[in-house]
Parts: sequence; structure tokens; C-alpha cells
Amino acid sequence: MTSLTSPTSLTSPASTTSTARAVTGRLAAPVVLALFMAAVLVPFASLLLASLQPASAPLTGFALPHGLHFENFSRAWSAAGFGTLLRSSVVIALCVVPAAVVCATLAGYALATLDVPGRGKLYAYLLLGLSIPTEGTIIPLYYDLRAAGLTNTVPGLALAEIGAFMPFGAFWMRAHFATMPRSLMEAARLDGASSWATLWRILLPNSRPAVTTLGVLYFVWSWNQFLLPLILIQDPARRTAPAGLGFFTGQYGVDVPLLAAATLIVIAPVVLVYLFFQRHFISGVLSGALKG
Amino acid sequence: MTTADRLTGAPAPAPGAPPPAKRAAGSTVPRHGRTPPSDRRRRRRRAVALLYLLPALLPYTLFAVLPMLHTAYLSLFDWDGVTLPSFTGLGNYRRIVTDPQLRAAAWHAGALILFFSVLPICVGLVSAAIVSRRAGRRGTALVRTVLFLPQVIPLVAVGILWRWVYADDGTLNQALRAVGLGGLADAWLGSFTWALPAVGLIGTWVVSGLCMVLFLSGTQRIDQEIYEAARMDGAGPVREFTAITVPLLRPEFAVALSITVIAALSSFDLVYITTGGGPGNSTVVPGILIYRLAFGGGAVGVASALAVVLTAVISLAVLVINRLSREAP
Repeated sequence: MTSLTSPTSLTSPASTTSTARAVTGRLAAPVVLALFMAAVLVPFASLLLASLQPASAPLTGFALPHGLHFENFSRAWSAAGFGTLLRSSVVIALCVVPAAVVCATLAGYALATLDVPGRGKLYAYLLLGLSIPTEGTIIPLYYDLRAAGLTNTVPGLALAEIGAFMPFGAFWMRAHFATMPRSLMEAARLDGASSWATLWRILLPNSRPAVTTLGVLYFVWSWNQFLLPLILIQDPARRTAPAGLGFFTGQYGVDVPLLAAATLIVIAPVVLVYLFFQRHFISGVLSGALKG
Repeated sequence: MTTADRLTGAPAPAPGAPPPAKRAAGSTVPRHGRTPPSDRRRRRRRAVALLYLLPALLPYTLFAVLPMLHTAYLSLFDWDGVTLPSFTGLGNYRRIVTDPQLRAAAWHAGALILFFSVLPICVGLVSAAIVSRRAGRRGTALVRTVLFLPQVIPLVAVGILWRWVYADDGTLNQALRAVGLGGLADAWLGSFTWALPAVGLIGTWVVSGLCMVLFLSGTQRIDQEIYEAARMDGAGPVREFTAITVPLLRPEFAVALSITVIAALSSFDLVYITTGGGPGNSTVVPGILIYRLAFGGGAVGVASALAVVLTAVISLAVLVINRLSREAP
């Protein structure tokens, strides 16, 4: 850093090139942003248009539909069974998200503020899980859960997801509780509050942003999880939405409008949650969160 | 929950909570004459503290750590998943090193790092440098929302999105024909030459926006005075970029690298949905092989050995990246 402030050997540019540079500089930013936005949005638009095409017509990539054929969505919802698939995904998320957030909050609180024996080691043990990919656990998970009669069940899949989500949650909540003022906890303790009361009455009411972020991340991960439900739920009637989409692709790969409609149905809930809580989601991901 | 121009949202470890000291302080009733906690009470407190950790440690141990150890155990056996397993020691690992299909998978995972990590980080870095020089920041909230969209939707859906882009009559071929390059049109995902880069570019699409936003929030952390000083010394935009922006974005590099390298090495969803590893074995990656061998090929032992190696490589990569990011420039 210090070397930057000392004079460099560069000769100073003529004033004409610097104004030209200023103009291109001013134009470059919007152009780059527009290119990025287009790159993201064009595939989405293409799929949206495909989902509105009549089922039988020959399709090309980016074409205005002949009339708006919303029946693709109702076909995907009922005939192709995506209504049921969506319901299983919701059930899984409703089991996983609250349970995982509570477990992670308790662990983060203990790691950040309580006198836990072997705290550093336990924390390191939890962090190890951040680099275990699903591929590393899926084989015994299948055979062990099958032996326990937990394949094809909600608890089996939910517990597997909670276990996989714990390392990041503990890391996240610990970092959050570590930023809270010590004086607050000291005051509560002098007040005679137990560690339990301190957490629930004093710390958590002031932790809404951190908890919300974790909940949103957990919801998105649970919803998008693919390999775990693909293996642990073999019964077609109980699959989650993305796993169902995976099977559906193999089966109906040619019926593009139906597949496009089904895809949009599956991504709709997660996109809605994202649009509501985008600030939370983005801050979570920027801190290095990626799982599944 | 509007994002009203909050592009500055630095990667803080946790969204800040409002300073809350007042309420607690107001209700404090001082107690006098309390004895310091005895050893027994301290031991009790520590036991209670452990109880707080239990709900997290239990599912984590049972459903992540023990399965991982079980995978390592299974990797020492020759097992088809049905009959009795027979011990082979390190035989499965020897097979991994020699089997050409397994070697191809390792090679493809390496190629995916190029597409999932190197390319998006370069794209994100350069575009962040260009965009951060812009004076006004109107509309950046919208840009951020759109650029993060690929991060949010399931990779299965991303795969289907791109199957349609790459299809015979898909968006890409249509665009090529529209500009008179119809001769280049191809069945991209079915081509031995193009399938791997095609899948890789989907990964680039998914993470480039993330990298750009990450680096953009990083550049806003950098003190503008450094740039001004450099400009006074006659540094141009390129020099500013290489001498200031890149070295000072070290923490963001670490985050971007660990996210994308893990995504590249453990990729499964995208490949499964777009090519399934084909045509032939031209897009086979470790995740796909583990799936095929363990749940279709009746080679649970080899699949487990591969899973162990994959986990070890990922852990090593994360370790190295974190080390590099902590060293002083």
C-alpha cells in the first residue's frame, strides 16, 4: 500500500486522452451492467415464452407464442403431479427450517458467550462439516436410513438436511452473538437472569436480521436440495419438487412447453422468498455461504 | 425490506443489531452480598452450556460426520450393496488411480474449476472495476437483484433453462442462424467436443453475478483516497486495477474462490440434468460417477473411495485458500 503513494515511473497522460477516457469510462459501466442483466434474463425469458406455446407446435428458441397457452401450467400442476411435489417440498422445508434455525441459534449462543468445556475444539469440529460435500455422506446415509426404515420418509430427509446445514448455521449465529455487546449479557446476569432467559428475552429480540438471514438461506438450500431427496426418497409420490423435475426431464424431455411450465412452478416459491428477503439472502451468500 | 441503494452492503459476518443496552440496564436491580460462584456451580454451568450445543451436535454427528466415517469404512471393502462385503484394503483407491474413467472424471472436475472459478472471478473482477468507477449509483439495487437470481433457483432448473438454450432449435442456435453463423449451430450438449465447455459455461453463468457483486462491495470498502493518490501519481485505470484493486480485494478473493471451487469439485445437479455425464464419458465428473457406481453400478466400495478422495480434495482446497487469504500481501 505504501508504495502506491510514492511517485511511480508512469508518465502523465495528455489531457485529450483523459477526457476521451472519461467518456468511455462513463459509458462502460452501464454497458457492462446491461450485458450482465441481459445474460441473466434472456434464458429466463426464453423459458417463459416456451411455457406459453401450444403443446404440439414445433418450437424454436426465442419466439412469441401463438396465443397464451396457460394450460401448460395446469397440466404441469395436476396431470404431471407438480402440485403434489410442491406440497412435499413445503413439508420438508417447514420441518427443516425452524428446527435447524433453533439448533444453530442455541449452538451459536453457547459458542459465543457461554463457558463451554472444549469450546475451541467443538467449534472446529463443527466447522469441519463446511467442507463435507453431499457426495461424501450420501452412500451410507442411503443404506443406514434404509436399514432404519427412514428412506421415503419426511423425518429421514429432514434430519439429513439439518445435519448438513448445522456447520454453517453455528458459524453464522456464533459470529452474530459475538458482535453483541458484552455489557448487555453482564447486566442480565447481575439481574439474576439465567442463560436461557438472557438468550430468549434479551439477545434474540435484537437478533432478528441474523436469524432471518439464516432462515432464508436454509429455506433456499432445503428447497433446492437435489442429491439427498433423489437418493433418500425413491417413492415417486413423495419426491420433492426439484427431484421430481429431475425425473420428469428424463421422461418428458421432448414436451418443452410442459417442462418449461413445470420448471417455472418449481422455481416460483423460492424466487418469491428471494424477492421478499433479498437483502438478507445476498448478505448471507456474500459472507461465503454455499451449500447444496 | 427494500434494498434502496444498499450496494455497499459489505460482507459483514452478521447484519448488525441495533444497540440495545437501554432496556436491560433500566431494569437492573443491583444485588448485594452475592458469593462468587463455587466450583460446583461452575461445573453445572458448563454442563448446561454443553446442553445448548447438543441439538446441533447430535444431527450433525449422526447425519454428517458418522456417514462420512462410514463412507471411509466402506471404501475398504468390495461391496455390490446386496451380498456380503469382502475386505480389499486400499484396492479401491488403487482402482481410482488406474481406471481411465475415474481419471477422466478428475480431469473434468479440473476443467470445471476453470469455468466455475477462474472465468467468473476474472469476469466479476473486471466488470466490478469498470462499474465501481461510475459516479452515480442509480439502479444498482435492481442490478444486484437480477445478478443474484441464478444463485437462488435450484440447479436442476438452471439445467433445464440451459438445455433449452443449447437445444437443436434452442435460443443459441437461433441466435447463430440470425447473424448468419448457422453453420456453427450444433447440438451442443450432445457433442463430444462441446458438451464439457457448454456445461462449464452454465456454471460461469450461475456464479459470475455473485462474483461481481462480491468484488463490487469489496471495492467500496477501499478508501477512495488511495485511488486519488495513485491518479495524482499518474496511474491509469489499468495500473489502478492491478496495483490497488486486486491486492486489496484479498478477502473477497478468498470467499469467491472457496464458494466456486467447492461448487466445481462437488458438481452433480447440473451435469446430471444436462448431460448425465455423456455423450460417452465426455462430461463425467466425480459426483456423477459416485452416483452411478453406488446406486446403479453395484460398486459401492469404489464409489465410497471416490467420495473419500473428493472430500479430502475439497477440504484441502478450502484449507489452502484460507491460508493464502490470511497471509500478508
